[in-house]
Amino acid sequence: LAHGAGGRAMRDLIDEIFLKAFGETRVSGLEDQARLALDAFGGGTLAFTTDSFVIDPIFFPGGDIGKLAVCGTVNDLVVGGAKPVALTCSVIIEEGLAFADLHRIAESMATAAAEAGCRIVTGDTKVVPRGAADRIFVNTAGIGAIPADRSLAARHIRPGDALIVNTTLGEHGAAVMAARGDLGLTSALQSDCRPLGELVEALLEAAPDTRAIRDATRGGVATVLNEFAAASGTCCRIAEDKLPLREEVRGISEILGLDPLYIACEGLFVAAVPQAQTEAALAALRKRSGGEAACQIGEVVATPQGRAVMTSFFGGDRLVDMLEGEQLPRIC
Amino acid sequence: MRDAPGAERITVRGLVQGVGFRPFVYLIAGKAGITGSVRNTGAGVEIDAFGTGAALTDFRNRLTGDAPPLARIDAIDAAPLGAPAPRDFSIELSTGGAVHAAATPDAALCDACRAELLDPGDRRHGYVFLNCTHCGPRFSILRALPYDRANTTMARFPMCPACRAEYRDVADRRFHAQPTACPECGPMLWAEHAGDATQREIGAGAIARAAECLSRGGIVALKGIGGFHLACDATDRSAIHLLRTRKRRPDKPFALMIRDLAATQAFVRVNDAEAAALVSPAAPIVLLDMLPGGPLPEGLAPGLNRLGIMLPYSPLHAMLMEAVDVPLVMTSGNPGGDPQVTTNAEARDRLADFADLFLMHDRDIANRVDDSLVQVTSGRARPLRRGRGLAPRPLPLPEGFGASHPQVIAFGGDIKNTFGLAKGGVAVLSQHIGDLSGLATEADFLRTLELFETLYGLSPAVIAADPHPGYRSRSLARDLASARGLPLVEVGHHHAHAAACMVEHGVPLDTAPVLAVVQDGIGIGEAGALWGCEVLHCDYRGAKRLATLRTAPLPGGDQAARQPWRNLLARLSQAGTRDSWPASLCERLRGQPTEPLIAAMASGLNTPASSSAGRLFDAVAAAAGLCVARQTYEGEAAMRLQAAAEGWLTRNVADPYHFEIVDRPDMIEVDPAPIWPRIAADLAQEEAPGAMAARFHAGWARIWAEVVTRLSTDTGCDTIFLSGGVFQNRLLSAMLAERLDGAGLTVRQHAEVPANDGGLALGQIAVALARYQTENRGG
Ligand SMILES: [Fe+3]
Ligand SMILES: [Mg+2]
Ligand SMILES: [Zn+2]
Ligand SMILES: [Zn+2]
Repeated sequence: LAHGAGGRAMRDLIDEIFLKAFGETRVSGLEDQARLALDAFGGGTLAFTTDSFVIDPIFFPGGDIGKLAVCGTVNDLVVGGAKPVALTCSVIIEEGLAFADLHRIAESMATAAAEAGCRIVTGDTKVVPRGAADRIFVNTAGIGAIPADRSLAARHIRPGDALIVNTTLGEHGAAVMAARGDLGLTSALQSDCRPLGELVEALLEAAPDTRAIRDATRGGVATVLNEFAAASGTCCRIAEDKLPLREEVRGISEILGLDPLYIACEGLFVAAVPQAQTEAALAALRKRSGGEAACQIGEVVATPQGRAVMTSFFGGDRLVDMLEGEQLPRIC
Repeated sequence: MRDAPGAERITVRGLVQGVGFRPFVYLIAGKAGITGSVRNTGAGVEIDAFGTGAALTDFRNRLTGDAPPLARIDAIDAAPLGAPAPRDFSIELSTGGAVHAAATPDAALCDACRAELLDPGDRRHGYVFLNCTHCGPRFSILRALPYDRANTTMARFPMCPACRAEYRDVADRRFHAQPTACPECGPMLWAEHAGDATQREIGAGAIARAAECLSRGGIVALKGIGGFHLACDATDRSAIHLLRTRKRRPDKPFALMIRDLAATQAFVRVNDAEAAALVSPAAPIVLLDMLPGGPLPEGLAPGLNRLGIMLPYSPLHAMLMEAVDVPLVMTSGNPGGDPQVTTNAEARDRLADFADLFLMHDRDIANRVDDSLVQVTSGRARPLRRGRGLAPRPLPLPEGFGASHPQVIAFGGDIKNTFGLAKGGVAVLSQHIGDLSGLATEADFLRTLELFETLYGLSPAVIAADPHPGYRSRSLARDLASARGLPLVEVGHHHAHAAACMVEHGVPLDTAPVLAVVQDGIGIGEAGALWGCEVLHCDYRGAKRLATLRTAPLPGGDQAARQPWRNLLARLSQAGTRDSWPASLCERLRGQPTEPLIAAMASGLNTPASSSAGRLFDAVAAAAGLCVARQTYEGEAAMRLQAAAEGWLTRNVADPYHFEIVDRPDMIEVDPAPIWPRIAADLAQEEAPGAMAARFHAGWARIWAEVVTRLSTDTGCDTIFLSGGVFQNRLLSAMLAERLDGAGLTVRQHAEVPANDGGLALGQIAVALARYQTENRGG
């Protein structure tokens, strides 16, 4: 991939790649903007979100930066109860990225969008000189429609609710670390990167009074629990021995000294569900791909307010704090 | 010759309240022929004394010479008094008010009470809640000030007429003994089946029941002074094993209780200073050298050469020890690393899986206080943990920190948290609180802080904390500071260690900078760097680093503090490429995930650099094969290394390991790289681990003595302060002190607060005050 004064043709070529991959919609967007009919929202609420994606390596077991960019934004929509409608895609490409890689990324975005039931309707491409970016950065924005009868929000969470997850912890982060050749770790781990729409719909059907759902990405499950507790003025209490963890993830986090509660996921949500609907919720999730390992990890209690707490293997409770930047050793 | 009558007002400062000081004054006034009065004041005790010159001299001599056992006199001032002499001597009762000296530590059973306890003719025979002015629970039962029964957990036991008469009799040993009680009126003891509270045995039979359970190899949870203990027969191998299994505590040493000083001789060596510590009113656990081939089973302190021993310090312990007549393991009843359990309900709920029987009572524990732990080095008892008997004894601040200084709350460290406050020229440190990452411990911290604020009537002007962004103590400090609009002063971890040692030794506020050697685990130094072995040129306001240990990565962050081999890997990686590593050392790393960590170190993935001395000791312990895969308790590797060295030591180590001194533009760096081939060679020679441990200790002491001697010449400082957790290592402390002594330098070590993070708050107080005062003077 080259860049420079004669870059016009090149950019057209790149646009070609995306237009082909994303299909008709963008071709039809001969105007400067994508146009969507408002009746797609059927009187509900518009959900709108954006995120930028930077990752090393850009291809990893279970996905790549393209799939990640689609799933990340789609999941931010669906955990709010929205049905994703359309995405945008903007990429910043470092001069020198192989065309084949770009192709693969674009295809993978298209596949993920199709799986998520939405389209990529507009976007932008920039090529920058070597060193000005790291191979490729992707930004996606997405809109979705939340049906009028849904109101998922962390502030609805109340003591007595069950805290459930759809899958095991930390698989994305662990897979990506293992995939970084320099660590010399061999593992069969795959990123859990996936669109969560179907699972969310299944959950909401089985447990219609679900209070809130949030996908755990950077900062891991710990961060979601803290957000839940802070927004609802409750305490999210989990039990260490209930946390679903693959042996490989446990192994990698032990070796590297990383706490799986803080490792990034890309296909995991935490939901607060009324206790009475928990069994139904879990049963529904377990029937679906990406939900086989669904389980309850804890419950919501009244105090200490605004905190996330974990009962350890040995019975003592410890605070699951928000990370302030990097985790520094503290044992003196 | 006629002796003219005189009059003076005598002010006594120190630990003179709540320790039977006023009745003592009353008694010696009578003996010396003095009339007048005595009262408590905010500053201490004030005496108006009238008598002949000779009588007044006699009185003053008795005041200092015969003071009650729990009193500590810091200063006596006398001023002439122009008032008519009264006919007799009287005690004026407390009128309340701000009394800062009145929260006194718990004190061990005194001899007089012990005699009553064992005397079949005494009305308190066998009554395990007896006490007097000179002994008994204080801080552990205190809920508020003034220290009156109504403000203690004895409030719900109204005194019977007999007890009340003693309490009111100024000549009685129980005059104003707030928790005094007898079988008629006081708390009650019972034994209870673990898991079935209906199966109870009340009174004297309870102790027999417990003794019987212990003799069958069972485990008894007993409610002591500051919390519940788990006890088992220390001579019974399977009981020890059972306790270790139930507590999931494979190797951490257990403390023992032995019936009396004489009985300790069968198990451990005790010198005079150690004996004095054992029988002191604080009655701490004292670390003592095991007798080689002694009668105790292995497994009490695996891999170590010392045992923590304490004597029975409450009447309950005394009776139990009488009944069992064997040493008992006495370990704190703390499930899951939580703080020691203090209430009966919690014990039933959380200790039922550990214990077979409960020995409990209905006197509540208001404040959890763990057993204090001390070791004697250079003839002085030095605390490793300040709890029962030592906290909250105030510590005087040096000259320059006048009584009018602003009040400070210092939040201390995170893992051995102890917080502190300063008011009116003294600092008070809380009892050992523990690891703040535990929620129950954090709750304890907040509750105790609130209690201290009330007890001492605090209105702090400044809050001090450690700068570590991941410390819970720091975020709690920040919350408090912002809630009250107070400045938060962050005190570098190692500067705080150094300052704590300076305060103890009375270094005045306005002093020329001193040299401090701080060797530690990990703490935040300048610019967020992780320090752990530095020589600082410091006063209370600031510190400049003049020397350090070469940094090494901590592979896996805190995992490196748990798994010693990681530090060996880090140091080897730093010393040379993989193919240059000695085979004998590679052997230690076999089976460990070295490859990913080498890569992680290369890419900087969770492998922060640190100059930690503690982690170097871990690396050497791993190399010597003393503790390789993991530590099962904090400090295990270093303790085993020290024990091995002491076991091998024949006074002089002829061939200490060599370290390299590297002169950097801004400071001296010590590089341990040369020791690895030496250790490898020793391994190849099949030298004992103790030989390697001893050579390492000797070399380490030698190199730092050399560095410090050079810096002393450069700076003109000839007093050297030693602080940081590594100096709990008595072998290293002694070796370094000896060398510095030999170089004509004066060495100052901790004797009042721990060298570990338990002493941090004291240093934070001094630095925060110094900075606060500088700023407010200058601006
Ligand atoms: Fe420290
Ligand atoms: Mg996102
Ligand atoms: Zn007594
Ligand atoms: Zn009585």
